[in-house]
Amino acid sequence: MNNNTPHTTPRYSNTFDEYTLSEIRRAATTGVYDIRGGGAKRRVPHFDDLLFLGASMSRYPLEGYREHCGTDVVLGDRNASKPLQLKIPITIAGMSFGSLSGQAKEALGRGANAAGTSTTTGDGGMTPEERGHSEQLVYQYLPSRYGMNPDDLRKADAIEIVVGQGAKPGGGGMLLGQKISERVAGMRTLPEGIDQRSACRHPDWTGPDDLEIKILELREITHWEKPIFIKVGGARPYYDTALAIKAGADVVVVDGMQGGTAATQEVFIEHVGQPTLACIRPAVQALQDLDMHRKVQLVVSGGIRNGADVAKALAMGADAVSIGTAALVALGDNHPNYEQDYKALGTTAGAYDDWHEGQDPAGITTQDPTLAARLDPELAGRRLANYLNVMTLEAQTIARACGKSHVHNLEPDDLVALTVEAAAMAGVPLSGTSWVPGQ
Amino acid sequence: MSTTEQNTANCKTLDLKTLGLRKVNASLNTLTDSSEHFEIINPAGQHAIACGLQSPLDVQIKGHTGFYCAGMNQHANVTVHGHVGVGVAENMMSGSVHVKGNASQAAGATAHGGLLVVEGDASSRCGISMKGIDIVVGGSVGHMSAFMAQAGNLVICGDAGEALGDSIYEAQLFVQGKVDSLGTDCEAKTMLDEHLETLSILLKKAGIKADPKAFTRYGSARKLYNFHVDNAAYAANHHSGVTS
Repeated sequence: MNNNTPHTTPRYSNTFDEYTLSEIRRAATTGVYDIRGGGAKRRVPHFDDLLFLGASMSRYPLEGYREHCGTDVVLGDRNASKPLQLKIPITIAGMSFGSLSGQAKEALGRGANAAGTSTTTGDGGMTPEERGHSEQLVYQYLPSRYGMNPDDLRKADAIEIVVGQGAKPGGGGMLLGQKISERVAGMRTLPEGIDQRSACRHPDWTGPDDLEIKILELREITHWEKPIFIKVGGARPYYDTALAIKAGADVVVVDGMQGGTAATQEVFIEHVGQPTLACIRPAVQALQDLDMHRKVQLVVSGGIRNGADVAKALAMGADAVSIGTAALVALGDNHPNYEQDYKALGTTAGAYDDWHEGQDPAGITTQDPTLAARLDPELAGRRLANYLNVMTLEAQTIARACGKSHVHNLEPDDLVALTVEAAAMAGVPLSGTSWVPGQ
Repeated sequence: MSTTEQNTANCKTLDLKTLGLRKVNASLNTLTDSSEHFEIINPAGQHAIACGLQSPLDVQIKGHTGFYCAGMNQHANVTVHGHVGVGVAENMMSGSVHVKGNASQAAGATAHGGLLVVEGDASSRCGISMKGIDIVVGGSVGHMSAFMAQAGNLVICGDAGEALGDSIYEAQLFVQGKVDSLGTDCEAKTMLDEHLETLSILLKKAGIKADPKAFTRYGSARKLYNFHVDNAAYAANHHSGVTS
């Protein structure tokens, strides 16, 4: 072979792509699986694959800027004497102090208060600051029971029993040593600096029959005042919802695979669980089959980004949505202003997901006091409030265009799908046809 | 006062059969500094009896109870004159719960404080995720007891089932009898004077006669506390001829 022999151009493998090669090298170097925060990054059918039809000859629109379009929602009036009364159908998902800085938790509370909605604690218990800054606070009841105590249970406005999480259905929490500060360790009764890997199963109940009794206990302790939420990851949404209802839930929260986590294995995030879009229709079907639709409320989370996503989730039958990752971005997570810092960490703004390492330049997913001080809770809270208001206005815009005087009046008939996959998952016709795959 | 609520000699009797669970728990769930005495009759294995108590009450339950008896107890001293179901004294914060009979699984689960005494046997997962409670079992415990136990003391006067103390943190386990097997990261520890003293005090509090020196102490080997990272960067670079 001489130098004049033509060469083919270098060809990269679609199977062994650049990311895959880098992961093999990383694994070979460390011997530990890759851990990161956030939700699934792969492309999955999502709300972008749905469109609203809007008004036409057979549908009468409402004036976009004038006519009333309600957004309020009541969560948990099935059994609780004091259900949550929210002004908007968008809540803040469970995120712990520990995974987030105290400043970030305060900002979430401030933003939610201004918008008239609720925030949620996380694995590790309730801080006084968090309670103080959140007018409506949902207290998570997790397998680890870190920081769980009856005083906080009574201070809560609702209780969310976490069975699963969209990013890792079947997995427990994780908080690595860099973030197990003295205070975080004390709240969780753990040695400082350990790599905390939480339990994935509740310690004192094993199925829906037991859970029904657990709920009885929680109601007795809180005088039947607090709504009981059950949160499940997007695993088997029909049966999970049906069993949650059977166990006595006032509210079912279904979290799809795009839902974020503070930290877990990359392989878990990307390969276990179902997309949010695929979870809603089966969950609504379960509610309808048990005659509990709109009696037990459905909250959907996992990849909600804007008012269109909100409207689409509601049109499919949800009563409210919950946001986590988007709320953190509104606070300032992954902001280009910190690009130099992100580069120093070997990443770039918009892609930073090593939340478990506690080095967040935006001061959000950290316990480092210097970094945390970068986040101004008042300003960040205003940013979140603005974002929630925009999402609400967008959902109202769409609802009015569809002729609805309340966002809850949106319905599947208002939707079509752009892809066969999305049509099948959402149970709405493929655009331009009357075909609903599977029906 | 109804016929099912009676005051006799500073002791109020609550008949669960006729009053129902909500009324009984509401009667007990009051904030008071005084040590009032209650007797619950006809418990009939019902669940969630005397849960969420917040005051230094003395509560005597005359019979068997179901799940989560005295769950999340604070300050109260509860005695069950019978057997208890799953999760007795789960997440207890303070006070005491004394079971005259046997306990089902997950006794004292996740509890932060107080004293749980089971005179008979406790089933599997006794003391699971315990966070500071002291538990004394007069008999034996089942498998996976003290799983992920974080803090506190579990005293077992009989035998322990398989996988005792799996993934244990800083809780201490004392076993007088045989252990079927230890769980991951749990190991036998040297019994020092301070441990003998702790054990002696707990046995005395529980009213159980046993020789502390006949017990073996178990605890965490602390090998699971952090991920093990083998930084093989140099080796990889060396063999591939890459330098940096």
